[in-house]
Amino acid sequence: MAFHHRPDAPELPDFSMLKRLARDQLIYLLEQLPGKKDLFIEADLMSPLDRIASVSILKRGRERHREKHQSAASCTPCTGDMPASKQHEVDKLYKVENKPVLSSSEQLCFLVRPRIKNMRYIANLVNADKLAGRTRKYKVIFSPQKFYACEMVLEEEGIYGDVSCDEWAFSLLPLDVDLLSMELPEFFRDYFLEGDQRWINTVAQALHLLSTLYGPFPNCYGIGRCAKMSHELWRNLEEEEDGETKGRKPEIGHIFLLDRDVDFVTALCSQVVYEGLVDDTFRIKCGSVDFGPEVTSSDRSLKVLLNADDKVFHEIRNEHFSNVFGFLSQKARNLQAQYDRRRGMDIKQMKNFVSQELKGLKQEHRLLSLHIGACESIMKKKTKQNFQELIKTEHALLEGFSIRDSTSYIEEHIDRQVSPIESLRLMCLLSITENGLIPKDYRSLKTQYLQSYGSEHLLTFSNLRRAGLLTEQAPGDTLTAVESKVSKLVTDKAAGKITDAFSSLAKRSNFRAISKKLNLIPRVDGEYDLKVPRDMAYVFSGAYVPLSCRVIEQVLERRSWQGLEEVLRLLNCSELAFTGGTKDDKAPSESLRLILVVFLGGCTFSEISALRFLGREKGFRFIFLTTAITNSARLMEAMSEVKA
Amino acid sequence: MDCYTANWNPLGDSAFYRKYELYSMDWDLKEELRDCLVAAAPYGGPIALLRNPWRKEKPASVRPVLDIYSASGMPLASLPWKSGPVVSLGWSAEEELLCVQEDGVVLVYGLHGDFRRHFSMGNEVLQNRVLDARIFHTEFGSGVAILTGAHRFTLSANVGDLKLRRMPEVPGLQSAPSCWTTLCQDRVAHVLLAVGPDLYLLDHAACSTVTPPGLAPGVSSFLQMAVSFTYRHLALFTDTGYIWMGTASLKEKLCEFNCNIRAPPKQMVWCSRPRSKEKAVVVAWEKRLMVVGDAPESIQFVLDEDSYLVPELDGVRIFSRSTHEFLHEVPVASEEIFKIASMAPGALLLEAQKEYEKESQKADEYLREIQELGQLTQAVQQCIEAAGHEHRPDMQKSLLRAASFGKCFLDRFPPDGFVRMCQDLRVLNAIRDYHIGIPLTYSQYKQLTIQVLLDRLVLRRLYPLAIQICEYLRLPEVQGVSRILAHWACYKVQQKDVSDEDVARAINQKLGDTPGVSYSDIAARAYGCGRTELAIKLLEYEPRSGEQVPLLLKMKRSKLALSKAIESGDTDLVFTVLLHLKNELNRGDFFMTLRNQPMALSLYRQRIEGRVAALQTAADAFYKAKNEFAAKATEDQMRLLRLQRRLEDELGGQFLDLSLHDTVTTLILGGHNKRAEQLARDFRIPDKRLWWLKLTALAALEDWEELEKFSKSKKSPIGYLPFVEICMKQHNKYEAKKYASRVGPEQKVKALLLVGDVAQAADVAIERRNEAELSLVLSHCTGATDGVTADKIQRARAQAQKK
Repeated sequence: MAFHHRPDAPELPDFSMLKRLARDQLIYLLEQLPGKKDLFIEADLMSPLDRIASVSILKRGRERHREKHQSAASCTPCTGDMPASKQHEVDKLYKVENKPVLSSSEQLCFLVRPRIKNMRYIANLVNADKLAGRTRKYKVIFSPQKFYACEMVLEEEGIYGDVSCDEWAFSLLPLDVDLLSMELPEFFRDYFLEGDQRWINTVAQALHLLSTLYGPFPNCYGIGRCAKMSHELWRNLEEEEDGETKGRKPEIGHIFLLDRDVDFVTALCSQVVYEGLVDDTFRIKCGSVDFGPEVTSSDRSLKVLLNADDKVFHEIRNEHFSNVFGFLSQKARNLQAQYDRRRGMDIKQMKNFVSQELKGLKQEHRLLSLHIGACESIMKKKTKQNFQELIKTEHALLEGFSIRDSTSYIEEHIDRQVSPIESLRLMCLLSITENGLIPKDYRSLKTQYLQSYGSEHLLTFSNLRRAGLLTEQAPGDTLTAVESKVSKLVTDKAAGKITDAFSSLAKRSNFRAISKKLNLIPRVDGEYDLKVPRDMAYVFSGAYVPLSCRVIEQVLERRSWQGLEEVLRLLNCSELAFTGGTKDDKAPSESLRLILVVFLGGCTFSEISALRFLGREKGFRFIFLTTAITNSARLMEAMSEVKA
Repeated sequence: MDCYTANWNPLGDSAFYRKYELYSMDWDLKEELRDCLVAAAPYGGPIALLRNPWRKEKPASVRPVLDIYSASGMPLASLPWKSGPVVSLGWSAEEELLCVQEDGVVLVYGLHGDFRRHFSMGNEVLQNRVLDARIFHTEFGSGVAILTGAHRFTLSANVGDLKLRRMPEVPGLQSAPSCWTTLCQDRVAHVLLAVGPDLYLLDHAACSTVTPPGLAPGVSSFLQMAVSFTYRHLALFTDTGYIWMGTASLKEKLCEFNCNIRAPPKQMVWCSRPRSKEKAVVVAWEKRLMVVGDAPESIQFVLDEDSYLVPELDGVRIFSRSTHEFLHEVPVASEEIFKIASMAPGALLLEAQKEYEKESQKADEYLREIQELGQLTQAVQQCIEAAGHEHRPDMQKSLLRAASFGKCFLDRFPPDGFVRMCQDLRVLNAIRDYHIGIPLTYSQYKQLTIQVLLDRLVLRRLYPLAIQICEYLRLPEVQGVSRILAHWACYKVQQKDVSDEDVARAINQKLGDTPGVSYSDIAARAYGCGRTELAIKLLEYEPRSGEQVPLLLKMKRSKLALSKAIESGDTDLVFTVLLHLKNELNRGDFFMTLRNQPMALSLYRQRIEGRVAALQTAADAFYKAKNEFAAKATEDQMRLLRLQRRLEDELGGQFLDLSLHDTVTTLILGGHNKRAEQLARDFRIPDKRLWWLKLTALAALEDWEELEKFSKSKKSPIGYLPFVEICMKQHNKYEAKKYASRVGPEQKVKALLLVGDVAQAADVAIERRNEAELSLVLSHCTGATDGVTADKIQRARAQAQKK
């Protein structure tokens, strides 16, 4: 029932190396400031840091033993033989927040993202010390990289000479065996809304790091402006340092870069695979989730690491939610059966059982009850929100029927003040699938929304419009109609030109056409059997194949963009799709079935599940690299101007 | 009367000097004055003695004691000296004791031995130690002059506003000057010093040699020099026993005298009075006191005891272990009246009055004599004036009686002079009293003024006397009584052993609402002493909120401050507190505080106008950008903000920052249906939204009656299924059923299922022959109870399929 890869599926490379690399680099940086020091960590960096180095590691000496660490949680620092000189004693840990600092240490170290806000924080701290006539040593470690603007702020505040700066190039955090995250949620807003390209260099650096560690990528594909720029930058980096990667056998055969704005639709849909649902409901943060008391059925909340190590979770993460309950009860029965085996055991067998199996069973039991609790909690919440209706409307939007009904459903949704983020999401979905809202709807929905949630959201709407998420059809815009009429009259080539001309008038999503072209809405006769998925559409209850995943599938099939010109045109990406790579014939066939997919601007768990499914079907293994895990709510919040 | 002039000593032809006892001292001095550092303040001020000063021959084991006495020898304070060696003591004009230490640090003590502050005379002084120091008085205040071990002078003209001035070097100065003093000319302090036969004058730019005109030859060194109280005259005592007297500018010589005593005098001071004919100097040796003036002879007194001279404005005070005397030139009026065989009108008048009391006809003769000369007015004035200069009350009385007697024979004699003198004398006699011990003469009193005198009484904590004086002199309350009461209260709050309650009550009882008393000043003092609670109690009495509130804020009683500010009705004050609060509290607490203070809240709200203005700008910008929609939305927001404020004012509660929808909901929840509808009309809320909104709000209120009325008001634009849903959400099945019957046929099944009426739902579904609905109902059928219904549906299905 769970995902089992084909026996010939390639082995995944070992990404724990990335963790060790990052940890050693951090420790090296901390040792640059010898003696006791207080470490100030930015809130956003806390969880990632926790995944690679535990507090005790920071506080104590460097580990001499090179154990293989699967996760940070299992890190046990050894206190035995550590030379005094190699200490990187961190005395106290503080969170960077807007509160007065009561540190008494003589040395302060800041571990921060390169943000202006943080620079001001540090500057205030240093200047306050100066006023008080205190001299301390300050060190700022920027992660993943230093920006000139930050240094400028330090200079403006007159403390540039007082602090020393360093970079901690920690950009790749392995969240799971096949999932790397850059943990840069702000990438989405910075690039796709503000047009800020500063993170692209970080992406290129990360790709460069991967290629030095795991060999060159023989095949490279990409779509989107950001993907193209990252690719070019990365190429330049490779050329500067060439020779290093030469001669290495490639481990990963393909790399595919994809911009989030190529496919907003998938990200905007409600997720129904288990992992996605957990993310939508409880918010998975940096690979772990906080289950509240309603899940743990105790009075404490519990932080649970969600990855392949969790045997129960591993088996249900990619399942459609409707199957999960059945699976869990089956599992519970199995477990019971295993417990029951005790009866009729003799002493020796019993001893064996207790020493070998019982612990595993207990662990499994605990996890099982946790996930059952989570499922119940999800069910309860979803029933309350009339989830069925919502899904129905979403599907209607995706398939493009009874738009009127959907529109009034959204209107009602707003009127009833169900949830500001949900309403916004539905409006965006409507806009993208319909090439923008017709002016009348646009106005009325917007008015309704403002009346419900306050006029501050005027700015939110402006953001959404800039990002192309929620647009208005230009008045008298029947271009699509005209276009189709014209294209019937002339040859194909001319038609393409005309369409290009039209689409350049307004950046529009031509979702409907793409959907038809790529067969995103599977035709089903009768019920779609979610227990036995036939295609990637199962991640959305069989109603829709994720566009991003379909594009990847198509390109991998063809090994190029050939034959997809029409789709690219409709995606407004004709100029922005590329292929490249080192065309290495020596690449072992094993590697050719390993594919690295890079999502610039975030990917959803649904997409990951879909591609995992695809990989299983075709005998590939997909590796995911994303700027951050996202979902519809995160996307909308990034656009929202009203901060909670 | 003949005995009266017995203590008069003539000096030259024109002047008499007299010495009379002020007090007999019963201070219990353990040591000789010569063993102590002594400082006595002018104007009858206190005396400070630092016993056991640092003498090389004495063991340092005994801790020296600093004693402060009043002029009558009443002990005021006594404290062991814990700091470093003291070189010199002196009193400032504010009657603060300045103790100059060897290291140049000056410690300042109050009259009662309370330490006030300290300051240093600079690094140079610290390095070279202090050799000698003088405290002097100028019109700017009190100054300190220091002679350092390096024979350099450093001085500060005003210790209140410390500015150190290092005087220029004296060329070739190898040893300490034999004597030196500070002069004050043209409002600048100078130093005059004598080295051997030379005199040097140091101002802050240069050092110049000066020679006194007409100085007798043969002088090889100056032993002593004295400057008069007013810095006008200078006297020099040379090693030949010669005394030169002249102006302080050293341009003019007044007189000279040769006393033939070569021993250096212990003290030499001027004894003169303003506008005096005679200039005289008092020179004191161990056993001898000599008054020297422009006369060949001098007046000599024998000193039985170790004495100390205090120069005063109009004489010299001399105190020793047992007595305290005053030596001065007899004032003109007294001289005229009491001189033996005086024929001055005053003398005659006094005589006439005496005769009159004896019922002798001589009285008439005397009077006639004066009147013949037309000098009666003069006589009366002389008597009044002479009375002022008398120390003994009986003499004052007899002189005043004479004046009063003479007045009877005068038409239109202005009485104020007489009245004022009576009053002044009464005050003077009161303060000269042994217990008070301020032996002021009439001229000193006039110079000092009553205000200063009152301050000094307050300083001595003689509040009752001060108040009595004020009342007696009928001083305006603000200057007099209430000022003293305020001082008293400030002193009172420092009494730590009395409970807050009692102190506050006592203060209020005394002060009442006397004008000019600032309770906040007293409270500030109490707060300064760390008695916050007392300060708050005292502030209760403060009628001016403007004074109350800032102090409360300072004491971190912001909430109290807020309510006080609001009580005051002073918006500015409220704003002050609000801004303060906003910085101090977190947002939540801030608003919670405001909630309890509607007035503050509404004021805070007025700041909305600022927001509206900003929105207006935004709207204008939107219009320029041709974004009609956004402009309109912004204008709506402006309207909404204004309206919300009005609602808050009229209805109370919180409306600000709610969205339109929430505003209407809040109105309905508050029972203001009319207003809600008005708002909906004004902002053109669509019907559908309004219905949803009203439905949810009314259900939340559980106002089923109103809900039913509303449902019947017209045909529902959202159908009746939502009614059923919402009622069920509030767990009111009864109401839900009412609406279920009104749901349209398409949704009827759903509604029936919602209220739990499966059987009827099945019927409707079968009737409608709708496959989807049938299965929906079927899924709701639970085994046991709905078995019949399930069968019914199955049958209906089978039938439908057959067809």
